[in-house]
Amino acid sequence: MAFKDNDQAKAYWAENLSLVLKLLAVWFVVAYGCGILFVDALNEIRFFGFKLGFWFSQQGAIYTFVALIFVYVRQMTALDKKYGVDE
Amino acid sequence: MDVQTLTFIIVGASFAMYIAIAIWARAGSTKEFYVAGGGVPPVANGMATAADWMSAASFISMAGIISFVGYDGGVYLMGWTGGYVLLALCLAPYLRKFGKFTVPDFIGDRYYSQTARTVAVICAIFICFTYIAGQMRGVGVVFSRFLEVDIETGVYIGMVIVFFYAVLGGMKGITYTQVAQYCVLVFAYLVPAIFISLMMTGHVLPQTGFGATLTDGSGMYVLDKLDGLSAELGFAQYTEGSKSMIDVFAITAALMVGTAGLPHVIVRFFTVPKVKDTRISAAWTLVFIAIVYTTAPAVASFARVNLIDTINGKDGSGTEYAEAPTWVKNWERTGLITFNDKNGDGKMQYSAGKMEDPNSANEVKIDRDIMVLANPEIADLPAWVIALVAAGGIAAALSTTAGLLLVISTSVSHDLLKRTLKPNISDKQELIAARLAAMIAITISAYFGINPPGYVAAIVAFAFGLAASSFFPTLLMGIFSKRMNKEGAIAGMISGIVFTAGYIIYFKFVNPGANVPANWLFGISPEGIGTIGMLVNFGVAFLVCKVTSEAPEEIQQMVEDIRNPKGSSAAHAH
Repeated sequence: MAFKDNDQAKAYWAENLSLVLKLLAVWFVVAYGCGILFVDALNEIRFFGFKLGFWFSQQGAIYTFVALIFVYVRQMTALDKKYGVDE
Repeated sequence: MDVQTLTFIIVGASFAMYIAIAIWARAGSTKEFYVAGGGVPPVANGMATAADWMSAASFISMAGIISFVGYDGGVYLMGWTGGYVLLALCLAPYLRKFGKFTVPDFIGDRYYSQTARTVAVICAIFICFTYIAGQMRGVGVVFSRFLEVDIETGVYIGMVIVFFYAVLGGMKGITYTQVAQYCVLVFAYLVPAIFISLMMTGHVLPQTGFGATLTDGSGMYVLDKLDGLSAELGFAQYTEGSKSMIDVFAITAALMVGTAGLPHVIVRFFTVPKVKDTRISAAWTLVFIAIVYTTAPAVASFARVNLIDTINGKDGSGTEYAEAPTWVKNWERTGLITFNDKNGDGKMQYSAGKMEDPNSANEVKIDRDIMVLANPEIADLPAWVIALVAAGGIAAALSTTAGLLLVISTSVSHDLLKRTLKPNISDKQELIAARLAAMIAITISAYFGINPPGYVAAIVAFAFGLAASSFFPTLLMGIFSKRMNKEGAIAGMISGIVFTAGYIIYFKFVNPGANVPANWLFGISPEGIGTIGMLVNFGVAFLVCKVTSEAPEEIQQMVEDIRNPKGSSAAHAH
């Protein structure tokens, strides 16, 4: 349809996948890494009145999630433009 | 004016607004009933989705649970918000491009199979019912406390309201009512939180307030004080919790994946005009959810400190029961606080351990669900704030119920009748069937609201486990693996569900006595087992797919097509 040829469609999908995987890597490290797996080590660090691991679990992870989706929106809009599939 | 009059006025005004919007936006065609004609702006849709998702559980229970378990409560905060990332990045844009009405529609078409569709319909209906029962109960609790009617009357009032805008208005009515409901609930959540944060720490933002020092002259950090109090009274450290790491990990994952597979949330993303708008809409949804979810842990900490200080007194020796504040008496009347003066000194003493246990020093039993509702009373806030919280709780419960009802009615009329049993019914008959299904669903859920099963928490775990082990993997493979065929998908869904349901039923219903960490598979509780169920689903699906022929050419072409964001508006042009 909108793609010029099959190679274009493949390239678009590959870039799409790599973006999603990168963002999900951050998602995993912040939520499961900082919030759960390394929480004890991070709790040794003070962040204002918070233990850092605790802060990630109850605040930091959520802010990161919001940021991730906005980055995704921006990058995908750019990607759609690049391949001429934007509307 | 007293609390009750104010509650009548504020709740009444908000109801009038919802009904007015529902009438104003009355749906015409079938399509408008289901997905608002695909014409809702992304920010409005984001707000509506946020209201849809934030249920009575989020509004009323979540901060209360965190308040009692501290760090362990992070599983809900991260689980329910992190799932949105999965939804926004991996599912929503593609399902929107697919351009059909419902999740079973996608599963049925993508896996070219009525069996797959039927399995999906049954899962969708079960998940939604599980949720609704809790919502109707939530409405009932709020009404019975603040309007001083009995819980049955409360549920009946809620039933009539839900009926009006879900059944007459359809999705469009719901979308704009939910925007209004989001505004009511977020205002109701933030106002008391900001008040309390200012009183206790001098910070306007509760998010920074609970990491600040108390203004009571002690100069202690809020969380340090909480850890100190917890240690003193025999609880686990507030900032460290008591669950094992693997269980926290599994529960968080199950809640995340379950969130991404919830049919009533996914269906919202079908209501925006373009794929690009779906992405934007998901981003806004999370912003609106995050406002409440980052406030909740702050509310939890403040409420915990206030509660312990009020009951045990500033010096920790206990408050005279005869001089207890009125909120203690009020909630005692509902049975959600109980006091048993075991040592006979006429004072209330709260500590770890069960009140019923004669060997424990704890004399007070407090239901977690009252924390958010009682919080403004505990902190001595003005009466209108208390009334506002009641309106917020009702808004949260109603908006979620309406969204869920819509999925149930759509599943029955569209997926079951039109697509499976009676393919040639007219649009008009389909609409009537949808409304009938919604009516029946409201009646059944009201029954559960009045006669709640004694194990609501267990059932909620069930719903998330099922969503995690059925919908999420099947949808994900449907989009990201072109070869995945119907044999693989059906085998995966069924084995995921059977495994998860079996585990939960065994530990929660058949043999609840054995529900201790030593007996759990890998140390994972029934709440977190959906994570393993998801892996089972993936594994079985890929194995079966390997030994059967791959999906037919036209299906692979269809997958190719949903990966291309262009041309989605065409699907919604008529």
